[in-house]
Amino acid sequence: MRSSRRQFLRRILGSSGAVLCGGSLLAEAAGETSQPQPARVIRIEAKKFTYTPNEIAIQQGESVILDLTALDFVHGFNIPDLHVRADIVPGKATRLPLQFPSAGKISFLCDNFCGSGHEEMGGNFNVIAS
Amino acid sequence: MINRRDFLKLTAAGGGAVLMSSLYTGALAVDSPRVDDFYFVQLSDSHWGFSGPANPDAANTLKKAVAAVNALPMPPDFIVFTGDLTQTTDDPKERRERMAQFRDVVAELKVGPVYFMPGEHDAALDRGAAYKEYFGKTHYRFTHKGVHFLVLDNVSDPGAKIGEEQLVWLKSELAALEQDARIVVFTHRPLFDLEPKWDWATRDGDQAIALLMPYTNVTVFYGHIHQEHHHTTGHIAHHAARSLIFPLPVPGSQDRRTPLPWDPAAPGKGLGFREVQSEARQLQYQLQEFPVPQGQS
Repeated sequence: MRSSRRQFLRRILGSSGAVLCGGSLLAEAAGETSQPQPARVIRIEAKKFTYTPNEIAIQQGESVILDLTALDFVHGFNIPDLHVRADIVPGKATRLPLQFPSAGKISFLCDNFCGSGHEEMGGNFNVIAS
Repeated sequence: MINRRDFLKLTAAGGGAVLMSSLYTGALAVDSPRVDDFYFVQLSDSHWGFSGPANPDAANTLKKAVAAVNALPMPPDFIVFTGDLTQTTDDPKERRERMAQFRDVVAELKVGPVYFMPGEHDAALDRGAAYKEYFGKTHYRFTHKGVHFLVLDNVSDPGAKIGEEQLVWLKSELAALEQDARIVVFTHRPLFDLEPKWDWATRDGDQAIALLMPYTNVTVFYGHIHQEHHHTTGHIAHHAARSLIFPLPVPGSQDRRTPLPWDPAAPGKGLGFREVQSEARQLQYQLQEFPVPQGQS
């Protein structure tokens, strides 16, 4: 069991780009499962002053990998409730493996000041109870 | 001559934005440098260059605040602007024009000195380059009547960090002070995690607070959140000031930190500035007891 979980994590970590770690990481939360479900990859694009998409439905307990790209600025990507944040550098893939253990709305925001619409740059994960 | 307490009563009775905050809570050391009563005025977040429905009178609000300060019956010892002097713009030329216009408006203030610091709207897009051209250093220290004022820059880094270099500077400035020195910190963003979901925090603010914590008389004044707010971290008090452009909602009270709507029935509602009264402690007596020496008579 342990080795299969290790292989799974290695696959995630071995994928392209920067992988950043935070409070509610898949690695911490996945537990000991013999048949881990492949994580869903969610692409999010950051551009002054929006994320696309900015409303994202997630199943409670679902494992996902956020594939973040920035087009015009080193935007921040901060999920305060999960104590996770990353800088998204243009031209460089940024990947965040996450799990959402609780249902409800989890907001995210840009925390690198990027201009006159910075204060509105954010979105939500809408975590649906399973 | 009118006494200051009577003056404050008069000012408070006249309405307007008045906050009286004693900066001192600790005992006065016998050999401390002389500390006299004085007061200063804090203005914040004028966002010169802003235009939008949140303040249809944006071109006049700062001017009205300047006139109000000039009309105070007793002039303050100094004035401080705690950041976001101008509204951000991607255009470096426009940024400088706004700073020049802001400087011209506040040049009408009849009292001085006037101390400035940047907000992220002034400095984050060019790491303070334009701000420095017009207003000088983004972090510094000054002393006034025995009180040590430290100005911290937590905005020139777009990631809202004070940064290692400035933290080292802060540590060395503090090292020169007695533990019970009167210390006031001016900064733009809250040093503590007020509302991280709204980016109302400083990413390494906890490190600054840790450096300040050993000192017994520390008070922080800041802006950024466009409303009066009071909070303590340990024994350190943090006071946010109202803005001069539009009020923002109570921390965490709604999804997004969108400006509160302008109220035509009450123009300027939620805007204002603050007076801070610094009072020297009452005379105290330090006692030292001695035994009667015993020995040969």
